[in-house]
Formats: sequence, C-alpha cells, structure tokens
Amino acid sequence: MTERPSVPFAVLHPYRRPEPRPFRLRLRLIHGVGIAGAVALIGGAAFAQGGTSTRSAFEVILQWSPLLLSGFLFNITISVLAMLLGTIAGIALGLVLIGHNPVTRWTGWVFTQFFRNSPWLVLLFFAMFLIPYEFRVAGTTIPFPDWIKAVIGFSLPVMANVAELVRGAVRSLPSGQWEAAESLAFSRRQTLWMIILPQCVKRMLPPWMNLYSLVTMATVQASIVGVTEMLTLTSQVHAAEGGRPDLLAPLYGFAMLCFFLYCYPIERFTLYLERRFKV
Amino acid sequence: MMQPTTKADPTPGGLWTPDKPLIQLTDVHKSFGAFEVLRGISFDVMKGEVVCIIGPSGSGKSTLIRCINALVPIDAGSIQVEGQEVHDPKLDKLALRRKVGMVFQQYNLFPHRTALQNVMMAPVHVLRQDRDEVEQRAHALLKKVRLSGKENAYPGELSGGQQQRVAIARALAMRPDVMLFDEVTAALDPETVKEVLITIRELVEEGMTCMLVTHEMGFAREIADQVYFTDRGVIVEHGAPDEFFSAPKDERTQAFLSQIL
Ligand SMILES: Nc1ncnc2c1ncn2[C@@H]1O[C@H](COP(=O)(O)OP(=O)(O)OP(=O)(O)O)[C@@H](O)[C@H]1O
Ligand SMILES: [Mg+2]
Repeated sequence: MTERPSVPFAVLHPYRRPEPRPFRLRLRLIHGVGIAGAVALIGGAAFAQGGTSTRSAFEVILQWSPLLLSGFLFNITISVLAMLLGTIAGIALGLVLIGHNPVTRWTGWVFTQFFRNSPWLVLLFFAMFLIPYEFRVAGTTIPFPDWIKAVIGFSLPVMANVAELVRGAVRSLPSGQWEAAESLAFSRRQTLWMIILPQCVKRMLPPWMNLYSLVTMATVQASIVGVTEMLTLTSQVHAAEGGRPDLLAPLYGFAMLCFFLYCYPIERFTLYLERRFKV
Repeated sequence: MMQPTTKADPTPGGLWTPDKPLIQLTDVHKSFGAFEVLRGISFDVMKGEVVCIIGPSGSGKSTLIRCINALVPIDAGSIQVEGQEVHDPKLDKLALRRKVGMVFQQYNLFPHRTALQNVMMAPVHVLRQDRDEVEQRAHALLKKVRLSGKENAYPGELSGGQQQRVAIARALAMRPDVMLFDEVTAALDPETVKEVLITIRELVEEGMTCMLVTHEMGFAREIADQVYFTDRGVIVEHGAPDEFFSAPKDERTQAFLSQIL
C-alpha cells in the first residue's frame, strides 16, 4: 500500500507574462571600441607592411570618409524609398490576396510567389534593363536614373514579402472579429480598415523591420548594375589609392562597419518588439 | 451606401405590424458540404417574446441563430425579420443588422479599442449618428450593464463577464428590435455567469425580444416564453418552459434533460 503524499493542495497560479524590459540598445561603448580597434589593427598591420612611404589605411579611410559616407547615405536612401514603395504596393497586393474575387486572388498569388522566390539581384537586373531611362508623359520628359530603377527593383521583393505579411496577419486573426463586425453592419471595407488591419500592424511590425534590414544590406547589390553607392565608391577609392592590396580589407571593413552600426540597432529593436508583442 | 432609414422596405406581405411574428422561420434548410445541419426548421417569435433553444452539441443551434442575421446563408426555406426576407440576394444587410443584435460565446470585442469605443463604433461609423449623442448613450449603456468606470479599459483588462457585458452594450447601441445570444455564458466561470444572466434578465424585463441558445436550464426555465429542443437539425419538441421541463414528451428530450440536469 502506498501512501499518498500529505500535501493538501497544489496551487497553480495563473501565468503572468513578465513585463518586458524597456528597450535598451545593448551595443555598449565597449563594442564600438572593440570594432574600431579591430579596424585600426588591420590598418596598423597594413601600415607596418606598407612601410613609411605610403599612408596608413586609417589615414586613407579618414580622408575618403566623407565620400564613402555620402555613398552610404545613398544606400540608405535607396533602402528607405524601396521599403516605402514596396510597403504601399505590398499592402495593396495583400488586400488582393485576401479578397473575395478568385481571379484577382489567384493572379495576386502567382505575382506574390514569383517575386518572393526570385533572387533579388535578378529582379534588380530586370528593373535595370526593362525600365526605360526616361518617360515621356504629355510632352514632359521624366528621367529615370539608375538609382530610381534600383529603388523599383528592390521594391518588388519588398512588395511580395509585405503582401504575404498582410495576408498572414489577417488570416491569423480570429474569425470572430469578422463576424462581430459583420453583425454590427460594418461593411467589408470598414471592417478591414477599422478593425482588422489596426490589429495586424502589431503582428507585422517586427517582421517588417527585419525585412527592412535585409533590404538595406541588399542595396550594395546595386553596385553590380552600376549605381554609384557605397560599394562602388569603395572600389573607386581603392583604385584611386593605387589598388594597394593591403587597403582592401580596411576599406571594405569600413563599409561593413557602417552597415553593421546601422542594422544592428534595428535588429535589437525588432527583437524587443517581438518580445513585447508575443503572448 | 447608406440607406435612408425612414423608407421602410416594401415587402410582398405588406408592411410589417407588431401583431405579426417578428421573426418567422419556414422550413429552413442549411448544409455544409454534404452535411445537412438544418433539416427543415420552422417557428415564429413574436415581439417581446423570449425564446430559448437547447440541444446537444453539434445539433445546429449556432448555425440556426447565425442564419437569422445572415451571417450564414441558408439553402432553402424562408426567414423573415419584421417582414423582410433574409434569404434574398437583394437583402439590405444594413437594415437587417441594425434590427438584430448579436452576442457571441467568445465576446469578440475589438481588442484595440476601449470598452466605450467598442460600444460607440458601430453607431458612429455605420449609422453615422452624432458622436456626442452616441457617447452619451454609450455611457448610459455601460452604466446599465454595471460597468461604469470601465469606459477606458481595453478588453484585455476586463474579466470574461465584464467583456461579455460590454459586448451586450455594444449590440444594444444599435437599438435593435431583437437580440440573439449564442451561449453567451458558456465561456465564463460560474461566478461571472450570474452577472451576465442578470443583465439579460433586465433586458427581458424591459420587453426586449430575445433568442437565446443556452445550457443554463434554470435560467431558461425562469425567463423563456418558449423552449425549443433541437437535435440533428430538427426541432424535436417545444413548449412553455414549465411543461417542457417537467413533462418532456419526446424520448430524446428526456434523455438530454436527464443528462444535463
Ligand atoms: N462553417 C462551417 N463549415 C462546415 N461545417 C460547419 C460550419 N459551421 C458549423 N459546422 C458544422 O455544423 C454542425 C452544427 O454546428 P453548430 O455550431 O451549429 O452546432 P451547435 O448546436 O451550436 O453546437 P455547440 O453546442 O457545440 O455550439 C457541426 O457539426 C459543425 O461541425
Ligand atoms: Mg454553438
């Protein structure tokens, strides 16, 4: 005969989600110093190799940094515009994906899958070579420089990914929300804009920011199709410095550092939002 | 999109008058795929009447109640609400749904809006009524369901019973002629069931026409004018609550009641 343990109750407390910690950028000064140190070290090593007749990598980067940083700013401009354009188009496409009309829904689905599953570089090439360099509308000529074509090229995968985000978020809401709105005589359009989509924003924000990071990092691919962005400038600077092999790592390291310092905080903030919104 | 509300819908049977059934179901059929959920349901609900529908799980109670405000389209038969045919492709859904209020088992409040905003949204945006006037009415409704002071709480900050009472206030804000309740206490713990039932009883005492799907037999017996027992898509038996509960005639009703009581 086994005796039951004499503990009279087991009290199960309701689970309370711990308050999310306030967002703090965990990239402390020490990290920055570390990275700067690493760059300096590479530069220093290069300096030692190059002897006294040539300038150190550090000096080279310092001298060219205004140009390089302006290139980086261009990358960011392209990424922001592509994200803006892609998000607007993506929301529209997402609404088609959840629409009632089977023909447009199916067309939209094919569209989405095509752009979601193509390499970004290929889409970029298509944008470059299929979009004319200028449009003539009613007598006025609208020029289409390469960088605008790049914006369009990058906005295509953004559009498809955002459309999928919209579709997924709308689908993940309980159907009771639609039913309650319907029983209160809201039109479908009102239901979407006042009840469904506002609730989706929260769910979509973290993956959307993730996507933005990816777009930012992908913008360097624009150098391949001849847009003068940071990577193009870096290679031009390298050539201007006589193509010294010892400058290769520091120069490209500097570009990497710029992207890292820009994307890492976004990444941290995304993680923070995910923690906050997850139930 | 908005219909002028003063023009009543001309219906084949002429204008509806309160002496005719407010809701009239005639031989309603509904299938989901090959599965026939409703197999010929007919009944009338008069103005001011309280009807309770009971029956085993899966017998089609929710489907039946959803058909009445056209959340679910029916396949055959007729449903008339104040003389307006619901089973009609040209149905003016806005006109129907402002007459019929509905409360769900899972409350279905809009979580991104406060209690007050939940109550105000439909009158302001659907009926385009004056915001200040609606806000006053919303305060009064929240007071009526005993939630004064919770106006600015979000649904996530309210208990189940409180959420359900907000949902009742939200439906009442459209000034419906009939209220449909689909197992509105089934998701609540026994303590909070009572507060919701009290609210419903007050509505009934004010003369609101109500259709309730419920498993609260005591409550059904207390407030219903008619009790309907459904099983496998048909009405097996119905009657006034006293005779229905004390002397059920059909075997299936007897079996169901003996199980549940
Ligand atoms: N949208 C739907 N698609 C397919 N089948 C459905 C759908 N809605 C309901 N059903 C089926 O119809 C039957 C009746 O469902 P209904 O919800 O009306 O039953 P109920 O009497 O309300 O049951 P409960 O007491 O569990 O709420 C069930 O077998 C259910 O699976
Ligand atoms: Mg049900």
